[in-house]
Formats: sequence, structure tokens, C-alpha cells
Amino acid sequence: MTIARRTSIFAVGVFLLALLLATTLLSLAFGAFRIALPDLLRIIGTGPNGDALDAVAHNVFWQVRLPRVVLAMLVGSSLAVAGVIMQGVFRNPLAEPATVGVSAGAAVGAVIAIIVGLNAFPLGVQLAAFIGGTLSTALVYLLSRSDGKTEVVTMILTGIAINAFAGAVIGFGIFVADDDELRSVTFWSLGTLGLATWNAVGVVAPLALLGILISTKFSRVLDILALGDRPASHLGVRVEPVRLQAIAVVGLLASSAVAATGIIAFVGLLVPHIMRIVLGPRHRHLLWTSALLGATVTLLADLAARTLLSPAELPLGVVTALIGAPFFLLLLRSTRRSQGGWA
Amino acid sequence: MTAALVAKNLVVVRGSTTLLNDVSLEVRAGELVAVLGPNGAGKSTLLGAVAGDFPLTSGSVTLNGSSIDKLAPNDLARVRAVLPQQISISFPFTVREIVAMGRSPWRDTNDNMRIDAAMQRLDVTALQERVYQTLSVGEQARVSMARVLAQDTPLLLLDEPTAGFDIGQQERFLAIARSLVDEGRGVVAVLHDLNVAMRFATRVVVIHEGRCVASGDPQSVLTPALLSDVYHQKIQVTTTAEGRSVILPEHQ
Repeated sequence: MTIARRTSIFAVGVFLLALLLATTLLSLAFGAFRIALPDLLRIIGTGPNGDALDAVAHNVFWQVRLPRVVLAMLVGSSLAVAGVIMQGVFRNPLAEPATVGVSAGAAVGAVIAIIVGLNAFPLGVQLAAFIGGTLSTALVYLLSRSDGKTEVVTMILTGIAINAFAGAVIGFGIFVADDDELRSVTFWSLGTLGLATWNAVGVVAPLALLGILISTKFSRVLDILALGDRPASHLGVRVEPVRLQAIAVVGLLASSAVAATGIIAFVGLLVPHIMRIVLGPRHRHLLWTSALLGATVTLLADLAARTLLSPAELPLGVVTALIGAPFFLLLLRSTRRSQGGWA
Repeated sequence: MTAALVAKNLVVVRGSTTLLNDVSLEVRAGELVAVLGPNGAGKSTLLGAVAGDFPLTSGSVTLNGSSIDKLAPNDLARVRAVLPQQISISFPFTVREIVAMGRSPWRDTNDNMRIDAAMQRLDVTALQERVYQTLSVGEQARVSMARVLAQDTPLLLLDEPTAGFDIGQQERFLAIARSLVDEGRGVVAVLHDLNVAMRFATRVVVIHEGRCVASGDPQSVLTPALLSDVYHQKIQVTTTAEGRSVILPEHQ
């Protein structure tokens, strides 16, 4: 007898908020330059233009640490929410921006920009990544659409093809790059928050917040899509227009995230999966709780990336994949036991 | 709560194959119309065409006089519900959550009452906290039917609703179908069991190779000659001591 055990949404919400707050404080305090908690509170208290007793700590906090923490939260939330939507729309728990080629498309945009020297312009690479991600989203959608319908398996296979193509383009980029560009390309395809500035936050924040806000509109429809396209349409859902809108939101969220930080694997896959185990599959709560957990997980991974080998910094994508992949395998096994596995 | 469905001269052509060729179907409130015919005859295509699943090559489907193309999807979902042949659900939703999806076209204050009533009618209330994927095939079929009932529509289109049921489950299901008809709803059901159609249907429509070869009340339509021809099998219709007609294949 398998009764679905689900935790109360209130308890989960409070727990996730507390966890995010604690992680944020840890992330603000630790790093190559350590800021003690009393100093941290004092710096926050005086504000960005306040009189600083310790000028270095003050600058590190306001110019380096805080934008990085804010960007980590924005990117983590975006990737997690993009993962929830994509899994719902494709009816497949293995879909995420990376699986269907959106992230790789963005990475290709960035790599091309670096090779042709667009990195001389402020935000040139980010803009190119955004265009790349949006284009590959459109491509996946158009290629897997026929007869006014989207075939899910075709869509995922299209994603595999786009990923392979993108891998080749990035490989070619690495081949022709000089040493400076090479460092930039590698760092980019592995993901990093090391380039976080208030400018980057200024670009990502409106896109991320807009995308997350729009995503809440889809929660009921995403539930019903779990029945399949035809049963959903029998319940009055306009399946194709909804799917197109949802994919556009995923493109927006994933492209802006990847544009700011490069490819960060597993957040979009792992976070929705954990929340689904805790809360069940209803999207109403899945969306915002995944946003919170996505922010927390990305903050923690970034904290590990910059403190484990301090003062050197690990690429963030390496950390998320190193921790994420084994953890994901464990989750898969336990889900199979409790729910009979995925078809 | 009345819905008169009138489908006229439906033609569905896919590629070079004609799936439906000039089939008409009419269902009024309080009628159970059984769609019969061998496998691949076009029964499910007929149901899909009537449900508005795909554009018709030609012909028209009207509900209470208005063409279904003109109805907004949500309005259509308040008038007709569809039970598909099989369904695979992609995430571990509970039985109650799935039945509740049937309320999607309404979302009003009656929701919980309708959900409870639908689950009770299909005897799945005890399963309501279970995850759908962990149920047996028969239980899953009842949950899907409960979802269709929660939609509370005057017209129901059921594609092989009793497939996979044992004889007891089938009888209980058909009693529910009969009570739906007694409430004044119209039901179209694709059926395989000719005896079930004989006993329960107000009218039957026999589809063969995409055409409607006969329609009318079951007693006069389901004759040995017609059935033997359609199913490529000698079939006899006998009458029991209680005066019930029974359809049987003839001994070879």
C-alpha cells in the first residue's frame, strides 16, 4: 500500500527560507577574504556608501561578495524554475535546459563571441549567449513540431543533436583559441560566478524575475499536461499555444542564466526532482519552492567552489556536476523503490 | 443538462488512407449509443472526430446546434468529456489529484463535492491518497472514469471503457453508465462485447472499413447475417429461456 507521503507546504516554505538565509550569510562571510559575522552585520548596517572602519572588507562585501551572492540566487532560481517548466511541458523528469540543448546553444553564442573578439565590449559575450540560447530554443521547438503537434521524444532527440553540434562548435573554438581566449572559453563552458558584477546582476535580475513571475501562470496547466496532450485538450487546455509560451519562458530563464555564468549542470534537473519527492508533483508549490532551493543549492555550490581550494577557484559547473550526479543517482534509486520508477 | 450531438457525413483522410468515409452519428440526452465493429474499423477515429481532436476532411459536428469548431476549448470541455483508451500519467499524482483535474474547466465552489461524488461512484474513495502509478490496471481505469465524471458534462465519449475489466467489474461499470443515461446524459461508448451492446445500448452503430454499415436499435441491427459479414466469422444470435438475445460464434 503506497500512500503518498507529503510534507506540509508551510513547514517546507519556512525551512527553505531559513536554509536560504543561513546559506546567504555563510556565502557573504566566507571566501578568499573572510569577513567575521559582527563586521558583516556592521557593513550591512552602514550601507554601500557608509563610513567604513575597514575599507577592504567594505569593498569586498559591496563590490565583490554581494553581487556574486545575488547573481548566484538569481541564476539558481532561474535554472530550477526552467527545469520545473521543461519537465512539466515535456512530461519527462529528465528534461532540463541542458538536456534539450538550450544551455549548449547559449554556450555556443558565448564561445563564438569570445573567438571573434566581442568580449572587448561590455556584456558582449552575455548578449551573444542570450541570442544563442534563444535561437536554439526556437530551433528545438520548430524541428520537433509537425502537423501542429510537438512530439516529445523527437524534441529530446533534437536536443541531443543540438548538444552534439554545440559540443563540436565549442571544441572547434578551443582548437582555434589563443591562450587568453582558451581560459575564457573553458571557464565559460564549465560555468563560473567569478565574473559577477552589479552590471551582470542588473541584466539578469529583470529577466529572471519576469520569467519566474510568468511561470506561476502555468502551474494548473502543467499539472493537467501530465495526463498527456489529448486528455489535456479534452479538459479545455490549448495544448500547443501553452507549450509554445512555456518553452519561450524556459528560453528566457535559461538563456539569461547561462549568459551570466556559463553552463551550470544539474541544478535544473536535481532541484525540481527533490521538491517533487518532498511535496508531490503539483506545480503550484513546486515552482516557488524550487526557486528557493535552486538559489540555496547554487549558493552552496559556489561557496564550495571558492573555498575548497582557496585562494584558487574551482569552476562552478564542475562542483555542481561532481556533487549533483552521484546525488541524483541516489535519488533515482530511492524514487524507483517508492514510486515504481519512471516508465 | 441536455446535449444533442449531431455528427454529419464525417470524412477523415490521412495521407492516402480514408479512415472514415461518410459516417453520421446522433446522440440525444438519455441515450447510450454503442459504436461497434472489428479492430481497425475506425471506431476510435470516429470518437476522436466527434470529440474535436483533429480537423475533419469534410463533414460537421454540432453540439446543441453550434459547431464544435466555434466553441472555445474550455466551453467545449464543459459540455463533453472523453475517456481515452489508455492513459499514461507522467508524474506521481495521487488519485484525488487526478480526479480533481476533471474540474479544470469549472474551478468553482462545487469542486470538492463533485470530486468526492465521482470517487464514490467509481468506488475509489479508499484509494484517494494512493499514487496513480502504483494502482492495478482496473483501479487506474476506474480513476480515469472518476476524472471524466468529475468533469460533469452532459455528454460523455468513452473509448472501450470496459477493456481489461473482469465480468463483475464490467457489470458494475455498465450499471454506472446506465445511471448516467438515466440522469439524462448522453453517452457514446466504443464497445467490443456485442452482448454488452445488446443489453445496454439504446442504439448501436456498426463501423466496418471506415463506413457505417448499420445503425438502429440493437435487436434489429445485430443480426447473424450482418455480424458474420463484418467480423468474417459465422455468428449466431440465440434467445435464452428468459427471452434474452445472446450473440455467439458458431462452432467450426
